[in-house]
Amino acid sequence: MRGDDTRQAIALAVLLAFVLLTAPAMAHEQQGQAAGFVTGLLHPVSGLDHVLAMVAVGLWGAQLGAPAMWALPVAFPLVMAMGGMLGFLGVPVPGIEVGIAASGIVLGAMVMFEVRPPLIVAAVLVGIFAIFHGHAHGTELPPAQSGLLYSMGFVIATGCLHAVGIGIGTVHRWTWGRRLLRAAGAIVAGGGVVFMWKALA
Amino acid sequence: MKEVRPSRLSTGAIVAFAGLLHCAPVEAHLDSTGMGPIYDGTMHFLTSPEDLVPVLALALLAGLRGAAHGRRALFTLPAAWLLGSYLGLTATAMNVSAILSSLWFLLLGGLVATDAKLSLRLTTGLAALLGLVHGYFNGTGMGQAGSAFIAAVGLVSAIFVVVALAAAVVVRLRAHWARIAVRVAGSWIAASGLLMLGWALRAG
Repeated sequence: MRGDDTRQAIALAVLLAFVLLTAPAMAHEQQGQAAGFVTGLLHPVSGLDHVLAMVAVGLWGAQLGAPAMWALPVAFPLVMAMGGMLGFLGVPVPGIEVGIAASGIVLGAMVMFEVRPPLIVAAVLVGIFAIFHGHAHGTELPPAQSGLLYSMGFVIATGCLHAVGIGIGTVHRWTWGRRLLRAAGAIVAGGGVVFMWKALA
Repeated sequence: MKEVRPSRLSTGAIVAFAGLLHCAPVEAHLDSTGMGPIYDGTMHFLTSPEDLVPVLALALLAGLRGAAHGRRALFTLPAAWLLGSYLGLTATAMNVSAILSSLWFLLLGGLVATDAKLSLRLTTGLAALLGLVHGYFNGTGMGQAGSAFIAAVGLVSAIFVVVALAAAVVVRLRAHWARIAVRVAGSWIAASGLLMLGWALRAG
């Protein structure tokens, strides 16, 4: 009988442990979903450094024409997501702010001087800068918000900024439009210099 | 026949009871719309991006490949989802793993972005697999009430409508830029999947 009592005591202890260790059931309402999406959507447009670089990608794509015009906006989010993933995982990437500022300077200069490298060179250049932008977005996920919806928000916002750049870039077909684009490139590069100054200060 | 002693039986019963009480965390379930299980199921699908986005991606992919692929996805996906839900209704509640969802985002978004030339058989297989996997996990989160299957029918109806609309719109696209826009949407879906993977790995 003593053995039976011991077994029952162990069973009760197991029961108690299981009940106490029960994970919380978070049924029905999930918090932070809408906030996560809006936060992600606003993140790229809330920083002028991001806005200038993203619009410059679209402007440059429009200057380069097909297939770069659509290849860059397809490639950019994927490479940016890799940077974001590194940010989510806490993998450090050195010189994030410098890289973001450099993206404004370089991409602005490409538009300003209407540089026409091979597509692969343009894609690699844009991809390198996408890592810095993505990492910055990834490390700034606010707590208690949905990572998925935050990610979707900032990917969509980034894509829309590219679309704005491509839309503006359609003026490239006119002579005055080409001048306007080069002036826009100069503004982006100038903004990049300011952000580089701040990053290094 | 060996006699089972009552004390040993009760010990086993307690341990079994303890096991049943040890629930895994559940975040699924259905939000009540107050309009019945059909609408609960519909709303569950429309407010769950981890389900909605892969379905949308499959519809875009099928639409890019043409009307035959669109029609096949239109009927295969909801049927497989309903079957998966039915199988899941009797299983222990569990959520779709975020890693699994992110892999669907990556796979389907990547196929759309690259405008992959899939055969009709492969499109059908993808639709069936997506439906069975996500349907199963949906089913486990719906509880075992009699209305759960009706909710699954509502959910599947929403899938049918989403696939029908999205695939039909894409099938009709002829302009080059419009098809590129669909591929850009695919790259956004794949990018979101990659980010979700990082987020899921961090959450561990």
